[in-house]
Amino acid sequence: MTRIDGAEVLKRTLADDEAAILDAWTLSLREGTSLQSGRIREAELQTQARAVYRQLRDAFAAGGLDADAEGFAQLRDTLADISRSRAIQGFTPTDTANFVYSLKPPVFEALEKAHATDAATLAAGTRAASRVLDRLGLHTMEVFLASREEVIGRQGQEIAELSTPVVRLWDGILALPLIGTLDSARTGVVMENLLQAIVDEEAEIAIIDITGVPTVDTLVAQHLLKTVAAARLMGADCIVSGIRPQIAQTMVHLGVELNVVSKATLADAFAVALRRTGRKVVRQQASIEGRG
Amino acid sequence: MKATKAEPPKAETLAIRSGDDVVRVRQRVRALAVEIGLGLVDQTKIVTAASELARNTLDYGGGGHVHAEIVQAGTRRGLRLTFEDQGPGIADIDQAMTDHYTSGGGLGLGLGGAKRLSNEFHIASTPGAGTRVTIARWK
Repeated sequence: MTRIDGAEVLKRTLADDEAAILDAWTLSLREGTSLQSGRIREAELQTQARAVYRQLRDAFAAGGLDADAEGFAQLRDTLADISRSRAIQGFTPTDTANFVYSLKPPVFEALEKAHATDAATLAAGTRAASRVLDRLGLHTMEVFLASREEVIGRQGQEIAELSTPVVRLWDGILALPLIGTLDSARTGVVMENLLQAIVDEEAEIAIIDITGVPTVDTLVAQHLLKTVAAARLMGADCIVSGIRPQIAQTMVHLGVELNVVSKATLADAFAVALRRTGRKVVRQQASIEGRG
Repeated sequence: MKATKAEPPKAETLAIRSGDDVVRVRQRVRALAVEIGLGLVDQTKIVTAASELARNTLDYGGGGHVHAEIVQAGTRRGLRLTFEDQGPGIADIDQAMTDHYTSGGGLGLGLGGAKRLSNEFHIASTPGAGTRVTIARWK
């Protein structure tokens, strides 16, 4: 028995039945959810389908069934572009995968029509189509997920930057409200921001507020101590504020000594800072009496 | 004797493979502590102890897992956490438990601190085979 080349069978069908397969494919794409959600126009979808189909045909002409091979490079790039833009536009994974997978039924049908009497050829062609399209579908998903992860990573970075602002409370007095988990990476960002702000503002006192830090364990304590020590080297004193009662008790049991002035609230810490820099907040007696 | 309407004790196992997992362990332990009705101070204590031990599992044990279960003794409920790793183990447990001793770069307060933050504390380690630390906090 001679071995039938599935790639040859598939190549011929793709070339012979181009119009029918493309029509069926765009029809099923149109019925898919991606168009109904209004995220993509019909014309754009058709252009993409036509481009992919043409490149798929060209790739087969170059020979081989291996979707990872050189001949498929251009097609892979096109699919990657489509997939990436869909990830950014907020398509669902199913919509994105279906772009490739919805090509399978029309191709199978065309193969069936062409080789209805020859079971062996039909099987070889179907196997080949399955193999190539599955691989391409997976490639689409890989790019889709990688793009999503890129978006998530960028958001993570944005959050890290947003959540470590250094605010100037008064001349020479800075506040650093910490929110969330204090891991090594964030501590690095925090310390850098604080030290730079100390230089820029010529600050004497920096208040580190940990009201928004849910858990203070030894690692967080160590990071705090390092930040305080670095600020001291820059000539600024630190006050730690926002230590809640349960955190205070826990820190005592842990055996952590902060060795730094600490206050329960940011307001108390600010009052201390003002006093240390020779200032005082007083009520405006005169105006109250004046209104009398 | 068992209470007749007692729901089946809850238990779950969480993997500790990265820094994110330590955060997840803290969140789950806090949720379980709230569930058995621990006060705010006790919640903070068990969460902090869990954070220390989870990080030890990750940093010194090379990763492992924690088994968290709600336990019942008579009418008292408690939360028991078992941290296990297959890391290098601890040769001298007494030394490791000593405050301010560290083989890494930390403050050296994690193990002793975790013991002081818990009602029960048990540590077993075999050099070359791994370490298992069990803590419990009762209501």
